[in-house]
Formats: sequence, structure tokens, C-alpha cells
Amino acid sequence: MSTLNLSGITKSFGTTTVLHGIDLGVADGEMIVIVGASGCGKSTLLRIVAGLETPTTGHVAIAGREVTRLEPADRDIAMVFQNYALYPHMTVAQNMAYGLKIRGTPKEEIARRVAETATLLGIQPLLERKPRQLSGGQRQRVAMGRAIIREPKLFLFDEPLSNLDAKLRVQMRGEIRRLQQRLGVTSLYVTHDQVEAMTLGDRLVVMHQGRAAQVASPMEVWARPADTYVASFIGSPAMNLLEGWLAEDGAAVQLKAGPLLWFTDGPRPGGNGRPLTIGIRPEHVLREGGVPVDVELELVEPLGSETVLHGLLPGGETLTAKLPGMVPAVGSAMEMHLLAEAMHVFDASTGKRLEA
Amino acid sequence: MRAVVDPDVLARQAERRQVLGRWLAHGALGLGVLVFALPIWITLMGSTHDAATIGRGDVPLLPGGHALENYATALGQGGGRSMSTPVGGMLLNSAIMALLIVSGKIAISLLSAYAVVFFRFPGRMLAFWTIFLTLMLPVEVRIIPTYQVIVDLNLFNSFAGLSLPLIASATATLLFRQFFLTIPDEYVEAAKMDGAGPLRFFRDILLPLSVTNIAALGVILFIYGWNQYLWPLLIVNDRSMETIVVGLTKMIGNGDAQNEWNTIMATAVLAMMPPVLVVVLLQRWFIKGLTETEK
Amino acid sequence: MDRKVYFKGRALPFLLLLPQLAVTAVFFLWPAAQAVWQSTLQQDAFGLSTSFVGLENFAEVVADPNWRGAAWNTAVFATSVAVLALGVALFLAVQADKAIRGQRFYRTMLIWPYAVAPAIAAVLWLFLFHPNIGLIGRALNAAGVMWNYQLNGNQAMLLVVIASAWKEVSYNFIFFLAGLQSIPKSVLEAAAIDGARPLRRFWTVVFPLLSPTSFFLLVVNLVYAFFDTFGVIHALTKGGPGKATETLIYKVYVDGVDNLNLGSSAAQSVILMLLVIILTVIQFRFVERQVHY
Repeated sequence: MSTLNLSGITKSFGTTTVLHGIDLGVADGEMIVIVGASGCGKSTLLRIVAGLETPTTGHVAIAGREVTRLEPADRDIAMVFQNYALYPHMTVAQNMAYGLKIRGTPKEEIARRVAETATLLGIQPLLERKPRQLSGGQRQRVAMGRAIIREPKLFLFDEPLSNLDAKLRVQMRGEIRRLQQRLGVTSLYVTHDQVEAMTLGDRLVVMHQGRAAQVASPMEVWARPADTYVASFIGSPAMNLLEGWLAEDGAAVQLKAGPLLWFTDGPRPGGNGRPLTIGIRPEHVLREGGVPVDVELELVEPLGSETVLHGLLPGGETLTAKLPGMVPAVGSAMEMHLLAEAMHVFDASTGKRLEA
Repeated sequence: MRAVVDPDVLARQAERRQVLGRWLAHGALGLGVLVFALPIWITLMGSTHDAATIGRGDVPLLPGGHALENYATALGQGGGRSMSTPVGGMLLNSAIMALLIVSGKIAISLLSAYAVVFFRFPGRMLAFWTIFLTLMLPVEVRIIPTYQVIVDLNLFNSFAGLSLPLIASATATLLFRQFFLTIPDEYVEAAKMDGAGPLRFFRDILLPLSVTNIAALGVILFIYGWNQYLWPLLIVNDRSMETIVVGLTKMIGNGDAQNEWNTIMATAVLAMMPPVLVVVLLQRWFIKGLTETEK
Repeated sequence: MDRKVYFKGRALPFLLLLPQLAVTAVFFLWPAAQAVWQSTLQQDAFGLSTSFVGLENFAEVVADPNWRGAAWNTAVFATSVAVLALGVALFLAVQADKAIRGQRFYRTMLIWPYAVAPAIAAVLWLFLFHPNIGLIGRALNAAGVMWNYQLNGNQAMLLVVIASAWKEVSYNFIFFLAGLQSIPKSVLEAAAIDGARPLRRFWTVVFPLLSPTSFFLLVVNLVYAFFDTFGVIHALTKGGPGKATETLIYKVYVDGVDNLNLGSSAAQSVILMLLVIILTVIQFRFVERQVHY
């Protein structure tokens, strides 16, 4: 059983606090993706789990064992670095074997495990090469191999795909996921890429300004974002966030842009006029079948299978719509429809989701 | 606006300028090579003639027939009239001194640069600036007191006395520090993950990565060590400890025309051979070492 | 200038630093402090008693016409060596930077003198300029020039300047060539398209871009001329004839080692130390600025 438990993790550098109390429980074999914009504290959190930083307060426990003050080497973890950090003067085989060698593993055992791991990753022909003779994808595999070979309790991934080109990234993403599921190792994966996060994680931790804004499964994060930050961070193009006020005694919202949208899942608390932020994904802006609103078109981006339109609403807010197929540019004004049953309701001042 | 000129004329002008530029380059460089090589050529040729030929003033420009005999005399007996120390022994002394300086300097600077860059401890900056300060104290400006220290420590006429005061210098430490700062943090972190402690990291990762820098610095330091003059002049008065550079100038004395110039010239050739060979054969390291230590 | 990631521990880094700090303390700091201390002491004529005299040694040194002569010699010598070595090296480097055949050969043939010890450089040039056995020395005499550097002070100075500069050209050449090669070709091409001819290109684009290198080399050459050329002078002229080629560093040696006038020698050392410190500070200030260039 290798679980990971973080409780009350904070971290300050001098007077700046980068982590404001993170609590997280990771189940055995689970893959957790920590996602957020740069500077949100996600890397610091990973490094605290790795033992490369010590938390200011809080505790880290791996497989039920308190490790907060232990050296990285004593935590039984392995890490894949963003730039791979392969030792340039060692061959692939030596790179993978180094950790085992330091731990005094017998030679035959090392050789056996190097061979096994290499087979698993399909890098047997590369074993005698130096890192500089490898392509980006190959280096990535070796870095994985170095982590796998130690059979650690916990895998840590620090943006491991960000140095690869787009096509390779998609391929390696799939490989990492398959490998992780096959080995069943508990994993923590840091990335700024929401697609990577959505496709890889059993659960996501969306981080914002040193706090975990939401911890949930990818679908949950997409369908029920906990606040406006998560709402706008996950999904591409980003969710439209529109100003509005509670109306009809909590049964509807009056948008600043004009239309009145009725809640389909029940009324929201608070009196008429309570300021709200209404989120509508670009996918839920349609050409017909919703609440009509006039849009002044600014930019049309045809992407082939779909078309992204950017426009201005009455009142000056921008609206982005993603429509299937090709949309002929028909002048500068256009009527669009907002799908009321798909809207997200947030409190305007706290940004928190308001459930019915 | 330039006046309209026939393009053919312009093309011919351009070509003429290029050819002229190339000839100028070859001419200048050829002359430079000649001026640079002339003293060596004269010395090399002089070392193959007998003393009388040179003493008469017939400066030989072509090889003579006494090469073997002159070099044998120099290596075996030495060439001074008043004081003759065999060149063989002096070459050995110079080699020992140079190698001691090379290895000592590299060893202590690697260690101190490692400490300053890869650790945080109280007094770190003080240590760094103390080392840096030595940049400003070349041996030449502290001759007498350093000499006294050597005498007090009983290191007069010893290889320790010859090399120890020359092995501490800021340049090597600064070079390694500069290089260590470029080592990606991830290597350190990966090593920590792999369970390597500081000494293990130094031996398994840092040293192998520093090999080219060590080689480049080694070339420069060998030349530095071999070419020392003032310090050996002061610290050694035992003839058997004499280094070749000092020994050569002692052979010449006041530059009498009656000197055994043939043997002296052979000695000069032998004295400059090792560092020159190092520069020519290890040119790549040499240039790397030179341009990086001085930054 | 600091790493983000480092190792823990206090005893280990101290042990690692110990050898260097010990050597520095024993052979650098202590002697330097001694030099400063001795520069304030004076021995009586018989060397029996020593007394503290404050800055008197400095006053005597600065007032001493011999010291002033040596200072003047040093100025003339250092300026000549630096100008000659820098000028020749820059010219050769520009030629060697052109796309011509045999570049590697020329480079090798021009850099090896760096390996020759200053004292041996002096000996090589002595073989050429010796009035009786030297090729050039004899030629000059035959041509009616009274050439004898052992008697004529100006000729002696000329000879030590040539021997010293000769060796330093190699050093400067390497740096100028590296500097030239680091100038992006696109900058030169832009200048060419702007209509600048080669010579103009050199003075308006190449030379300004080389100025950090040039300045750095100027300081290095001055330090070289002040200190490292001791061997040249000791081997060639021993400061003579008369005191025509006695430089400051040579005088420190003569007064300290030959004349055993420790107080005066120490005071002169301290003055030279200040000079090195000033040059080093200038150089590092400049290097710092150069980062933003």
C-alpha cells in the first residue's frame, strides 16, 4: 500500500508565502495531476513531496510513514524531471543503474533490472549510448526508466513533457498513462497544460495562488468548476464569464448584456439584485435553440471541424463561441443563443460556485 | 544617390578589393609568422654548430653538424663556464615543480569551489572574498616576506617551498566556481533522489563533468609553473635543485661573447620545448583554458 | 550568483576549503601583512635594532630620485609593451579572421610564443641582438649604427620592450581572434548592406564591439609589463646599463634581495600592491558593466 498524505502544507520564502495550507490524500495506485498557471506553487508542492524543499508547516506521509524531515533518498520515491537531468557523462544503462548502485544492489540484480526496464520501455538498443546521442522522446523514456527501475512507492513527474514537440507530447502522454496503470504506482504529476491534466489524472488538483482551488476528477472539474478561476482555467477556449444579477426571486439571472436566463436546476439563494458571475462555455453558445442575444462579431477563426467566433455583447463584454463545422462570416452582427441549462453560477464577490 | 556606374566595373572593383585583401592577409600573417619564428630558428640552428662558429659571429642560418654533441653536452654536463649544472637534472626539476603546481592548484581549487558553490554555511562569502583577494597579491609584490615564511618553515631548497606558495590562486577557483554555477540544479536533485551524498556527487558526477575544464586549466597551469622565474631564483640556491629557466639565464651570465653559445642555445631549445609542445599539441585545451580563466 | 539547490552540512564545506584557505593565509595574507608592517620599520645601519618610523619609508621612497627614475622607466616600458603588443596582435587577428587558406597554420604559428617563459624570450632575442654574435646586432653595427644594448640605455630599453611584447602578442592575438569570431556575421552583413566598406566596417562596427576585449587586454598587458617581465629584465640587462631598464618591480628585488634594505623594499612592495589592487578593481568594475553591454 503506498498512499500519500499531505496535511496543512505551507511554504514561505522570507515574507512571501507560496503555499497556504494544502491538504491532499492520494490513494494507492492513483494518479494525481497538479495543474495550474506558472507561479501557483505546484512545483514547490511537488518538491516538498520529493524532499527537495522542506515545508514551513505541515506534514508529508508516504505509505503511512511520516517523511516530512527525511532526505529525498530516504523517502523511496523517484522523479522524472522537466529537462530529464540525465547525467551527461554516463550511458543510458549507467544512468538507470546509478541509484541502485548507490544503494548497494548486487551487480547481477542491477543488470537484470536494467534489462527488464529497458524491455518495458523499448530502449534496449540505446543502453550503451550517452544522453546527447538520444532524441527528446528517447531521453524522456530513459528518464522514466531511471524512475521505474527503483520500484519506488511514489512517482513524481515535474512537467516531463514540456520539452517535447506537440506530436511527441501526445504520444508520450499515452505511454505514461499506460505505464502508470500497468505498474500501478501512486503518482503525482505536475503540469501547466490542461489537456495533459484532463487526460492523465484520476483526479486533478487545480492550484491557484498557493491554494488548491479544486480537487476532483477531470469530468467533475469540467462539469462543476468550484470557482471562477477553475472555470476559466479548464476548457479551451476559456469559459465566458458574464456579469449578472439574481432576478425573479432567485429563479433567474438578469445578464448585463440583456437576456434573462432561467435556472433549470432550481433557484439560488439571496435577494433580487445579488451580483452573480455567470459562466457559459463557448461550446454552449449556439446558433439556435437557446436564449437569443445579439453579438457584434470581431474575429472568426475557422479551425476546420469547428469555428471559433469572438464578439462583443451589448454592454461591451466579450463572448466566445465554438460552433461545429464551418460558419460563413455573415456580416458583423449575428444572433447567437445561450444554452441556459448549461450555465454555471458563481457568487460575484467570492467567485465560489453557487449550487441550487 | 550614387552615380550610375557600369555594373561590370563595380564587379571588377569588388573582386580586386577581395583579392587585395587576401594578399594583404597572407603577407601580414606570413611576416608575423616569420618574426615570431626567427629567434627560434636562429637558436635552433645555433645549437647545431660549434662554439667557435658562433663566437666568431658567423651567425648560422642553416643546420651544422654538431647537433648531437651539443645536446649531449647540455644534457649531461651543462653549458656554463663558471657554473655548469647538467640540463637533464634541471629539466626534471622544472617538470616536478610544474606538475606539483598543476596538481596542487587544481586539487585545492576544485575542493574550495565545490564548497563555495554547493553548500550554504556561515562564513561562505568571507571565504570566497579571501580567496578572491589573492588575485591582488601576485608573488612579485610580496617577495621578501614570503621568502621569510619559507625560511621559517624550513622549506628553503625544497620542492614544497617551490610549489606551495604558487598553488593558491583565485583564478582556478573562480574558473571552477563559474563552471559549477552552470551545472543544472536538476543534476543535484537527481543525485539526491538517487541517494548520492555530497562526496559521492562530487566524485561520480561533478568530477567527470569537469574533465574538460580540468584539462584546459592544466595546460595553462603547466606553462605557468614551468615558466616560473623570480620565485625559484629566490628559493633555491642548491645547484641540484635549479630549474631550467633560471639555470639557462645563469649560464649566460653577463652575455660574454666567449660563452659556450652552442650549448646555451641547445639548452634554450630544451628549456622551451615542453611548454611549446604542450601549447601546439593541446591547442584546443590551451585556448579554452586561456580564454576561460581570464573571464 | 548562487545556486538554488545545495547540500546540507557545515563541517564538510569547511574541510573542503581548508587547504586553500591555509595556503592563502600562510603564503598570501601573512606575507602581505608583513610587507605592510615592515614598510613602517627601519633598521639601523648595522641591522641591530629596528624602530617604527610610520610613513617615513614611503616618504623616502617617493622622494628618492632612483625610485622616480624606476617609476618613469616602468611607465615608458609598460606603455610601449602594451601599445606594441596590442597593436600588432589586433592587426594580425583581423588578418587571420579573414576567410583565407591556412588559417589554422597561421594561428598555430602565432600562438606558440605564449608558452615561452619571459626569461627565455629574453635569451632568444639576446641571440638576435647580441652585438657580437647576434644576426641583427651585427647587421646594425655593420650598417654603421653603434649597437650595443649593454652600453646604450635606450637600446637596452628597446630590446626589453621587444622581447616582452613579442611574447604578449600571442596572448592578445588569441583573445582578439576569439573576440572577432564572436561578432555575429549578421551584424557585419548588415553593415555591408548599409554600404560600409571593409575599413569603415572595421572602425565603426568591429572595433567598438571589440572594445571590451581591448580594455580587458590593456589591463592584463599592463599587469604583465609591471610584474611578469621581471624575468626579461633580469635575464637581459639586470636593470642596466646604469639604471636605464630598472623598473619598479626590479628595484623591489634589488633593494630587498641584493641590498637588504627591507624597510624600503617593503614600502615599494606596498605601493605596487596598491597599483595591482587599483588595476584589478578597474578591471572587475568594467567586466561587471560589460555584462549589460
